[in-house]
Amino acid sequence: MTAKRARNAAFSGIILIAAAIWIFPLYWALTTSLRSENRIVSDAGVLMDELNFSAYTSVLSTSKLPIWYLNSVATSVIITAIVLITGMMCAYALSQLRFPGRKVLYLVVVGSFMVPVPALYVAQFVLMSDLRLVNSWWGIILPQLIVPVVVIVYKQFFDAIPKEMREAVLLDGGGEFTLLFKLYLPLNWGITAALAIITFISAWNNFFWPFLVVTSEDMMTIPVGITQVNDAFGVAYARMMALALLAAGPVIVGYLIFQKRVTEAVMISAGVKG
Amino acid sequence: MSLAKRRRREMRAAFLMIAPFVSVFALFFLYPTLKVVALSFTDAPLIGEGNWVGLANYAKLLGDRLFYTSITNNLYFVALTVVPTTVIALLIALSVSRLKGRMQALVLTLFFLPYVLPVSVVTMIWAWMFDFQFGILQPLIATITGKPVPVFKNPHWVMPMIAVVTIWWTNGFNVLLLIAGLRNIPADLYEAAALDGATPWQRFWRITWPLLWPITALVLTLQLILQLKLFDQVYLLSKGGPFNQSYVVLMQMYREAFQLNHGGYASAIAMVLFLFIVVLSVLQFQLLRIRGMRK
Repeated sequence: MTAKRARNAAFSGIILIAAAIWIFPLYWALTTSLRSENRIVSDAGVLMDELNFSAYTSVLSTSKLPIWYLNSVATSVIITAIVLITGMMCAYALSQLRFPGRKVLYLVVVGSFMVPVPALYVAQFVLMSDLRLVNSWWGIILPQLIVPVVVIVYKQFFDAIPKEMREAVLLDGGGEFTLLFKLYLPLNWGITAALAIITFISAWNNFFWPFLVVTSEDMMTIPVGITQVNDAFGVAYARMMALALLAAGPVIVGYLIFQKRVTEAVMISAGVKG
Repeated sequence: MSLAKRRRREMRAAFLMIAPFVSVFALFFLYPTLKVVALSFTDAPLIGEGNWVGLANYAKLLGDRLFYTSITNNLYFVALTVVPTTVIALLIALSVSRLKGRMQALVLTLFFLPYVLPVSVVTMIWAWMFDFQFGILQPLIATITGKPVPVFKNPHWVMPMIAVVTIWWTNGFNVLLLIAGLRNIPADLYEAAALDGATPWQRFWRITWPLLWPITALVLTLQLILQLKLFDQVYLLSKGGPFNQSYVVLMQMYREAFQLNHGGYASAIAMVLFLFIVVLSVLQFQLLRIRGMRK
């Protein structure tokens, strides 16, 4: 028994070392960001033995990071809200109501999975330009509102709710909207949170589309904005890493807080669980 | 309330409920999809009208050396990422699922964390790790090759290293899916096998591998589609260079449309990628399913 226990301990140790190596780039970024620029080019000790925040204060005062935060938060929140509300209503109709074109709509939603979204960017850019939305929040937001997986996941969960519950509400004189918002939605807060998290993360992290539709620095989101500073600094490793970590901060903290929900959300969206 | 009236009310509610999604979907997804198809038959600039040129753009593509380079590089990148990331994810998932409680949560967090980072943060960190002068990985590279290598400016190193960065960034997703798959395998199967004296090796190949296959197939398919859409990492780390060694299809679409102002030609490139992904993903999924059934 003790031999087995020793083997398990050794195994845990090896895995932990592997995980530590895996996360090393992030640790190294943090260590670098907490050093002075002079030290970085003269001494490469791996221990985090200095807590110098000058790179952070410098980045915060010289870059447009606060504006990019605002743009990222605003666009990601609006995208998440619209995607969830439109998606859940559509899923409810697909799951519970009979109407002509229902099967076709469902097939189109499922089929749209196969379309590689970047292949549409040229046409979407032309559309945004026709609508005079280039360099605006709505220009960033509108093409990101198509998240078919939200409709499909909601539909699966709505399908699973027993019909008797719906009859009871209908007998009380409630309409379909009452049913959705007073019965189906409250029964699915967990999945709603999960879908909100993945929609938010992918909107927050989207690089390619905001990069195309925004050219003015004041309208950039975080992932696009930080690539601008990159060129402006020249050789300034501590500041670059401070910038990267300030940009990643919200998602890292958010992930650590809502860890279980994020994991669940990833699995549900891939159709593995649920 | 009469039945007919009830049906009418149900239909009205349904149309009201699908209206927001359907209008957004039609305007910002279906319309652009049709527009790309239409644009690919014209000589339109990025912004503005063009003339119908029939299949001229596609004919031009067939003779475009750079386009062949792009496709080859895309396929090279797929080879460098899809199977390796799945194997690595499987090893990690198998190891993590043997751990218990807090230890398991901690290790899983460390492996998953890079997945939530924005791509430009990932590329900034790795550009620093690989920095030619002060990068912490250069001593390691120097011990292997004898001298430091500017990896994203070196034609041989650029694609494999972009693959390394990509695997580091996206692997957590695969790990999660595979762990979920492993949890769905009933534990009594392993107990029965242990009673019959099956070795760990036999248990893996007779129980874990076949029962996990649907998830492994899913991971492979999702990865194939994802990695064909490579753009961000290449744009941020090497801009397609050096000597076009990391030039990929979406890079070419971007350059044709947004730098050379060839909207029509860029749309034809987008169409080819589109068809490529549809055909490959359907094909691969079918192949994997058939192989899975035989086992």
